[in-house]
Amino acid sequence: MHPDWAIATEELTRTFSKPRRRRGRWGLQWWRKPATENESPRQQNCFQGEDSNSFVALDRVTLQVRRGELFGLLGPNGAGKTTLIKILATLLAPTSGRAWVAGWDVVSHPQAIRPYINMVSGGETSGYGILTVRENLWLFARLYGIPTRLAYQRIDRLLAVVGLEDKAHTRISHLSTGQRQKMNFCRGFITDPMVLFLDEPTLGLDVASARTIRSFIREWLHEHPGRTILLTTHYLAEADELCDRLAIIDQGRLLACDSPAALKRLVQRHPRYSLHLTPGANGWAPLRGMSVIHNLEVIPRVGGVEVQLALRDEGAIGPVVQTLLQQGAQIVNLTKLEPSLEDVFLQLVGRRWEGDDPDGVLAAAQPRTPNVP
Amino acid sequence: MHLVDDDRNSGTEHGAEATTLLGLATPPDSGYCPPWRLFGIAALARAYPRVAWLFRSRFWLIQETVLPVLAAAGFVYAYRAMQAPLEYGGLVILGAALSTFWLNVLWGMGAQLYWERDAGNLELFVLSPAPLTAILTGMALGGMITTCVRALAITVTGVVLFDVPIRPTSWWLLAGVFLLTLAALYGLGLLFASLFLRWGREAWHLVSLLQEPIYLVSGTNFPLSILPKVIAVLASIIPLTLGMDALRQVAFNMNGVFPLSWEAIALACLTVLYVGTAQFSLKHLERRSREEGKLTLRWQ
Repeated sequence: MHPDWAIATEELTRTFSKPRRRRGRWGLQWWRKPATENESPRQQNCFQGEDSNSFVALDRVTLQVRRGELFGLLGPNGAGKTTLIKILATLLAPTSGRAWVAGWDVVSHPQAIRPYINMVSGGETSGYGILTVRENLWLFARLYGIPTRLAYQRIDRLLAVVGLEDKAHTRISHLSTGQRQKMNFCRGFITDPMVLFLDEPTLGLDVASARTIRSFIREWLHEHPGRTILLTTHYLAEADELCDRLAIIDQGRLLACDSPAALKRLVQRHPRYSLHLTPGANGWAPLRGMSVIHNLEVIPRVGGVEVQLALRDEGAIGPVVQTLLQQGAQIVNLTKLEPSLEDVFLQLVGRRWEGDDPDGVLAAAQPRTPNVP
Repeated sequence: MHLVDDDRNSGTEHGAEATTLLGLATPPDSGYCPPWRLFGIAALARAYPRVAWLFRSRFWLIQETVLPVLAAAGFVYAYRAMQAPLEYGGLVILGAALSTFWLNVLWGMGAQLYWERDAGNLELFVLSPAPLTAILTGMALGGMITTCVRALAITVTGVVLFDVPIRPTSWWLLAGVFLLTLAALYGLGLLFASLFLRWGREAWHLVSLLQEPIYLVSGTNFPLSILPKVIAVLASIIPLTLGMDALRQVAFNMNGVFPLSWEAIALACLTVLYVGTAQFSLKHLERRSREEGKLTLRWQ
């Protein structure tokens, strides 16, 4: 394993057995539910193992995460993100393949890895209801041998970051789901881990809290350059905003791995623009003959017509606008269409993204491109 | 927003930054204490919620003390009606006190690991550098403290209400046998915990099924000598049986099924056997559970 890698996997595969069906006295299967639409999409989908009684949650995943990197795993529900995190966090053994965290093999040296890592999962319900927030965090800090005084210093600081300082002495049984999630988030950072696994950390949080947490993650990494975060999310905006590099995973398979910008470039080789022209203006007709235009699409709209262009060259937008003006067309609006991670997903997977956008950041910031060339 | 404090790297004990094969700095947090100390710290941390419960749960005294005394009272009055010696009342009270430890071992040690998994705590325990045995030791320690308070309350109430004549041959001997019984009982608890880790709900059913028969064969409410010797010998694999018989011999000067010294040796052997087997079994079953994905699988 390369010294710069905090995490590496090689052909990592995890297969799960389906629950065994009841068998009769003589070993005959006396009850069998036919495989129908009643089965969950996960059961129905195509990543069945070689044996029909098993399914492949992770299929020969090979990736490397550099030290100091904020690496994202993006995929829909059931894609295998949590399975991968659990293997890396030494909670689950792979069926085949290998994985290393902080230089140690997850199968042969789990105890050597554990002092270096921590994990926060979205929707986690850990802790003891009878203890206060501060006491719960202290308990988990002590499992890492952190002295009590230092633990309380960190707890107080982190609770202030997530805006939970006024709940420090409240029993966690009296906290809301979002407050509990904030507490769990603090738990992950209290041990100051070298590698932190964040499994959908903003799940169930309101918009403001999710933003605070995202900004804290960036700040923490900035202040601790050697630390590494592996973040799983099915929020596209979160992945786009936070991650240095992203791996897109679906049905257990790694489909692509690169920076968000590079992934977007994958799906848009030609710069795209949208021009809204006034009603009745058909000055766009000469555009069809322009060699700088790779692709042209005209969509009638209520307030006029929308012309979507894919140009061979970024600089060609000038001559295009000039031609339109010369032909008497009135341009109401001109927008550059940026590809989104949703487009990347659509191109790679062949179906639309079904995840949620936590606070509409992506939708607001980036107009959707209906057809990406 | 610096989370790394300066004192982390200030001393050799805490901050000696060793390097791994990769050249990664050893996280100072893991360097705070050697493994044996981490074991103790983790055990005490896990014991804390149980002790906190003792002070924060308002109705525990009624639930945990008055109800068992009421249950024992029926047997005491039955013995009185039969004009049995006063020691028989003490025998019932001692049985009620010791059975609280048995219940704690079953549900507070064995089943607790199952509950911890469902709550999502187990994966955090496994993820941490603290060994699982430290967590279980913490559970045992916390359980012992709370159950000792409960058992003491039952005993005191019983002695006051029913005038039980406790006249031990030696208080030191009584304390020794009591501690030996606890060690063996909680050793068995460690073993149960590993079974729960493996079988989850099925282990739960098994333990529920065993609860009443074990009360019967261990002689909770009557002298063990009434039972056929074969049953007494077989029941001796449960520390409750031997411990109860030994404590009754010391506390009430009664005759036991076996000589006191034999029972003490057997209890010590059971402690070693259960703790040793539990350690091996926990390690093995944790590995199996990781392979089968049962360590983090909830509600099963």
